Amino acid sequence: MDLANTFIDWLRPDWFLNLAVVSDDYNRGRYVAGLWMTIKLSVVSIFLSLLVGVLGAAVQGAPSRTLRVAVGLFVAFFRNTPPLVQLYFFYFAIGTVLRITGENGLPQPLISNFGWAIISLSLFAGALNVEIFRAGVEAVPRSTVEAAEALGYTRLQIYTDIVLPLAVRVSLPALGTNLVNLVKTTTLAYAIAVPELLYISAQIWSEDLNVREMMNVLLVSYVGLVAVLVWVLHRWEKALRIPGYGE
Amino acid sequence: MTWTPQQPIVSLKDVHKSFGSVEVLRGISLDVMKGEVICIIGPSGSGKSTLIRCINALNDIQAGSITVEGLEVNDPKLDKLALRRKVGMVFQQYNLFPHKTALQNVMMAPIKVLGQDRAEVENRARALIAKVRLNGKEDAYPGELSGGQQQRVAIARSLAMNPDVMLFDEVTAALDPETVKEVLMTIKDLAADGMTCILVTHEMGFAREIADCIYFTDRGVIVESGPPATFFDNAQDPRTQQFLAQIL
Amino acid sequence: MTMYCLHQKPKVRGHMPVMLPMRLRADGLPLADRLFNLWTLTALVLALAAVLIGPAFAQLATPDERTILTILLEWTPTLAKGFGFNVLISVLSMLIGTIMGVFLGVLQVSQIRPIRQSAWLVTQFFRNSPWLVLLFYCILLIPFQFEVFGVKVPFPGWIKAVIGLSLPVMAYTSEFMRGAILSIPTGQWESAESLGFSRRMTLTNIILPQTVKRVLPSWMNLYAVLTMATPLVSIIGVDDVMALTRAALSAEGRADLLIPMYLYILSWFFLYCYPISSLTRVLERKYSVKL
Repeated sequence: MDLANTFIDWLRPDWFLNLAVVSDDYNRGRYVAGLWMTIKLSVVSIFLSLLVGVLGAAVQGAPSRTLRVAVGLFVAFFRNTPPLVQLYFFYFAIGTVLRITGENGLPQPLISNFGWAIISLSLFAGALNVEIFRAGVEAVPRSTVEAAEALGYTRLQIYTDIVLPLAVRVSLPALGTNLVNLVKTTTLAYAIAVPELLYISAQIWSEDLNVREMMNVLLVSYVGLVAVLVWVLHRWEKALRIPGYGE
Repeated sequence: MTWTPQQPIVSLKDVHKSFGSVEVLRGISLDVMKGEVICIIGPSGSGKSTLIRCINALNDIQAGSITVEGLEVNDPKLDKLALRRKVGMVFQQYNLFPHKTALQNVMMAPIKVLGQDRAEVENRARALIAKVRLNGKEDAYPGELSGGQQQRVAIARSLAMNPDVMLFDEVTAALDPETVKEVLMTIKDLAADGMTCILVTHEMGFAREIADCIYFTDRGVIVESGPPATFFDNAQDPRTQQFLAQIL
Repeated sequence: MTMYCLHQKPKVRGHMPVMLPMRLRADGLPLADRLFNLWTLTALVLALAAVLIGPAFAQLATPDERTILTILLEWTPTLAKGFGFNVLISVLSMLIGTIMGVFLGVLQVSQIRPIRQSAWLVTQFFRNSPWLVLLFYCILLIPFQFEVFGVKVPFPGWIKAVIGLSLPVMAYTSEFMRGAILSIPTGQWESAESLGFSRRMTLTNIILPQTVKRVLPSWMNLYAVLTMATPLVSIIGVDDVMALTRAALSAEGRADLLIPMYLYILSWFFLYCYPISSLTRVLERKYSVKL
């Protein structure tokens, strides 16, 4: 049966991870460029999504009802619509409207496809980060805040010295999951032709007709990237671990 | 109005406080002189904790007046920070900052809130930790300390702010019996040094030993008060007698 | 001995005894919860209508052109079919993924070390691979037809897509199951064992039924996430709602249609997924399990 054969083929070691695919200089150069683009997408989006998260969570604790509702709507919208459609909406719909006249007199997009990928990914992941940080802030017991109040801390000091450091610690596991998802979601940039890892790999396999080998290299690359991120987060979590609590 | 040491350092006049429709304090009046130690006792739910939390404005009051060194606590324009520099508070659950070591817990507020010099604060903090008999535990995190040790760090943390009055809110209620004593010893040392202390406590023996005056509260009012000898041996009000009979 | 792999209780990472338990979706979005009521839904529909009708009125001046609203309405039946296809794909992937995932999850708590470890490896691998890459994997590497007893059975793209999407579902379900099984108090295993149940019987009759409640909220949330991933199939050439939308947009070729059309499709997904997430939160609160 074909299915069985295919499956057995998959298990052949030389097919499973045949790095010969990227052994020639040209392809290796492209692969590395794609990997670098994916890393750039990931790092910038992670940074911006964390910023969105912290700001959003701070606003959700703010007295202004209008602001709180606005952030609530933002979160609800971005958490409950497909990230791909969000990306298309930004790139094809908003991007078409946002144009400036270039040097040659023709309208040019104001923001590149890379820029839209960053914006879209940051907002998508940022929406959940808002939730994560808010939950972290709420996990800080009222009594700990009161102790700081009794010592004469101002609201801002309480937030920066007590609440935030504790909130970050409880939020880390959930945050890690979300950031791993964000790295995986960078593949969507393929759809708007950002030359990231998946896009480059697709180019290589359609030129060299080495789908299977390239595909395996690709999967392993992503699992590797995620592993690096998980490792970094783990180190961070460990560095922040307070002696006397938990493991 | 300027405050002079001849006047009460803490003075409550007809204080009323409700949570929603539940009236927790129904006209409390009491005066504490500088250097005095008073103990507030009474059945749970009688408003004892609320009472002392009102003194440093953790809870606001609906009517009446609370003054600390002449500072009106119930004034909406009150500088809460100024008040809290005068009044230290220790909680039942210690409420140490879990992400800071014992020494850092003690040092944080003087540096951050009072803007004092770090080196000077550190010397004082180390001395305070020694005073609460925790030498060697400076670099331990709260999670690595026993309840009694944490509570003593919390006392040192409050003292680091050089308060004029200390509030103790059932500070031994969450402790193991064997560590209660070490915390009570610390408080006793403080009282002996002349610190003004207001305690909410269930430790009757301790109250009797240390207090200048005992206040018995029930259902939001002060039922009876007096020096320990009179209070414990010669209680007048039937409610006090009943309470003491249950507890002693 | 029998229970040795179960002694390690799953630790709630990040939790500290001095802190309150972190409840992400449990009490999360109380605001959004309040948002999902008749009043806000009406407001949402009105807002959407305004977005759609607004430009339509603006275009009354050029009567030869159809209004945006007309165009959207004309395309609605086609798009609805496409959306139905997305729902079908999501349901099938969920079904296949869940069945495989429960199985894989049980293997993850197997007493036999190699089985436990390989199940763990498979779970981690598929959990950490991008969905889109898995879709490519399936679409390009599964042959387009199979020969069963000499009969050629075609294997269309959308079925490959279903398989591709079921892989991450499997991995996530496997993780949920592992967590849930380990969260059942050891006493349950011990008492079952003392009653003479075999391990298999204990698992199927006592442990697994108890995991349902614990897994349900995460599992439903996974379904919402999966549904939101279905437009990915348009990238690999399946004619889902996203592919149809883009086809409609290029057929109309009108720049002013872009924003309304994308918002229109986004709102469909929102109206489908939002109630699921809300229900998830309600269930989570109701079944909130103390780990």
